[in-house]
Amino acid sequence: MSAVLAAGPLVNGQVPLGEAIAFWILGPISLAGAIGMVLLRNAIHSALSLVATMMCLGAFYIIEQGPFLGLVQIIVYTGAIMILFLFVLMLVGRDASDSIVETLRGQRWAAALFGIGFALMVALGVGRAFTGERPVNLDKPNVDGGNVTSVAELLFTKYLFAFELTSALLIVAAVGAMVLAHIEREGRKPTQKSLARERIRSGRPQPLPGPGVLSTGNSIGTAALLPDGTISQESVMAGLQEFPPDTGNPRALDPADYGDSEVRQ
Amino acid sequence: MSHLAVLAAGQNLPGFGNQPFWISLIKVVAVFAFLVIMTLFSIVFERKVVGRMQNRIGPNRTGPWGVLQSLADGVKLAFKEEIIPALADKPIYFLAPILSATPAFVAFSVIPFGPEVSMFGHRTALQLTDLPVGVLVVFACSSLGVYGIVLSGWASGSTYPLLGSLRSAAQMISYEVGMGLSMVAVFLFSSSMSTSQIVAAQSHTWYIIPLFVSFAIYAISVVGETNRAPFDLPEAESELVGGFHTEYSSFKFAMFFLAEYINMVTVSALATTLFLGGWRAPWPLSLWHGANSGWWPMLWFTAKVIAIIFAFVWLRGTLPRLRYDQFMAFGWKMLIPINLVWILAVTSIHVLRDRNWPAWEATIVPLAFVLLLIVVPGLMIWEGAAARRAGQDAEDEEDAAQERPTFPTPPMDLTIPTPPRRLATASVSRPAAELPGTRSEVDTDG
Repeated sequence: MSAVLAAGPLVNGQVPLGEAIAFWILGPISLAGAIGMVLLRNAIHSALSLVATMMCLGAFYIIEQGPFLGLVQIIVYTGAIMILFLFVLMLVGRDASDSIVETLRGQRWAAALFGIGFALMVALGVGRAFTGERPVNLDKPNVDGGNVTSVAELLFTKYLFAFELTSALLIVAAVGAMVLAHIEREGRKPTQKSLARERIRSGRPQPLPGPGVLSTGNSIGTAALLPDGTISQESVMAGLQEFPPDTGNPRALDPADYGDSEVRQ
Repeated sequence: MSHLAVLAAGQNLPGFGNQPFWISLIKVVAVFAFLVIMTLFSIVFERKVVGRMQNRIGPNRTGPWGVLQSLADGVKLAFKEEIIPALADKPIYFLAPILSATPAFVAFSVIPFGPEVSMFGHRTALQLTDLPVGVLVVFACSSLGVYGIVLSGWASGSTYPLLGSLRSAAQMISYEVGMGLSMVAVFLFSSSMSTSQIVAAQSHTWYIIPLFVSFAIYAISVVGETNRAPFDLPEAESELVGGFHTEYSSFKFAMFFLAEYINMVTVSALATTLFLGGWRAPWPLSLWHGANSGWWPMLWFTAKVIAIIFAFVWLRGTLPRLRYDQFMAFGWKMLIPINLVWILAVTSIHVLRDRNWPAWEATIVPLAFVLLLIVVPGLMIWEGAAARRAGQDAEDEEDAAQERPTFPTPPMDLTIPTPPRRLATASVSRPAAELPGTRSEVDTDG
């Protein structure tokens, strides 16, 4: 069985059994991933479908005797680029589903029309390019761990110009992104020391008092009580001040009970 | 993915791909068992060693010397109640632990445990499979493991896990760059990316000796990659409760735990393979002729892996956690530039050796060039910037000293008067003012 499963040489375009099995498992998964990416409403689910498709593509490359290409596909696209996408999507928030309101009239029909047209064009182009082509076994160029070497050789000889041009484009894009996102800092970056000094100088080196945890409630709106039973205004969050703060214990001590009846804010 | 690797591997590397199906199956089970046992072992090992480092005994109740503690914990975890937060995104919440644990297992399929041995009459290498780009399989698996952590944090629908997963996404991508770059020098030296051939290329010298810089950078970046202390920011328990796995319980939590420890074993095994000679016997043992054949190498391999795990535990027992921005700055501004310069030097050495330069000159000339043209000017610029910063800080300090503080502080030139004799004797043995320079000459016998 394993002898059949091992990727044997292609004879007149006949596909080995192992390759066929892998194709018929991974093909539907990658298609489902692509469709799911378009149809799913939640942005994260959509991104994950794309990840599934990319992983399947990586596996396809490995089956098609391009292990280096396949693994680089997984490392770069799934491992780096899609993680960055997820990073951004997670910052957007978990309920950021797509709105289905059409902002431009007839946009959906136009998009569908152009989409189908583009798909047909690509399918025809690719289909024509491959008619009459014989699939070739890559054992010969791959000999002696040569997958990496052959890719490198092509990149640095025949396609050197395109390769360098692409890298220049990427660098320009990266620098552009940095320039667009860069914010000039006003003044110097505060150090730990200067922050500590500021804090002491502010007159309040300690943090603001937390909300009260009393027998009647422990919500964030519950004000903390000072030792004399009055409410500590500082313990109430800025936005909550319009709500009547929970005074907690109704039998809070009256300030007048103390000889020193200084009521603090 | 591993079975696909098996499918495709046959073309290039002799010894793999044409092994019988049942031998592959035995190897798969063996690798699985090895990883699970190593996980159980390293949890107890870590608790024991950290305990000793903190002058405690560590777990000693379950089994002889407490060795069965993690087994008991594992069983307990599996039977615990499973709590799913109401706001959780169910499908992804379920998927995340699986995505975290599976790649951890798959990565081990290309790690060589030993040379060819005879197994039920078949000659076969002690390695599940190998690819011409074997090391990249481990790399790909570690980059897929990030998904488990990132998605678990997001799917929990809770703040702390989300923060943990955001941190880990940024952290693992950053440290993966350093890790990948540190492997480049090994690829150059062994002119291969397959794990078995890298081990074969180290029959003379282990790569830790010529490539020590790469080894150091690899060792640092895998600590970040596996989220271990002092780089355990995604699960920083003093900041984020439990980080990405705060909302997980029962078996799902166990999966994360398992994945973390398997990842630790995997990166240790990869460090052994890339830099420490793989399964080859260390020096005094290698004098014995049979040390590098048969089943013995598995022992050396495991011993090396455990030694590296000990270093992991040692780090955890010694260093405090880094602040997040310091941690990122360290990765991007220190590890990666040093790595790039080092690769430049290594490549030049390699090219000169290929052109038949004598070994010494081929080593010294590129190193001298790199030192003179890159390292020294870089250090000078850095020193200049540091000096400028220090000067500005000193200026600020002076300005600050001029300002009158609003907080009630005593004047800087305060002198404390000597207390009168009567007072000093009254306060039994503690003089009121015991400050250097103002020490009272009162006899404080009574």
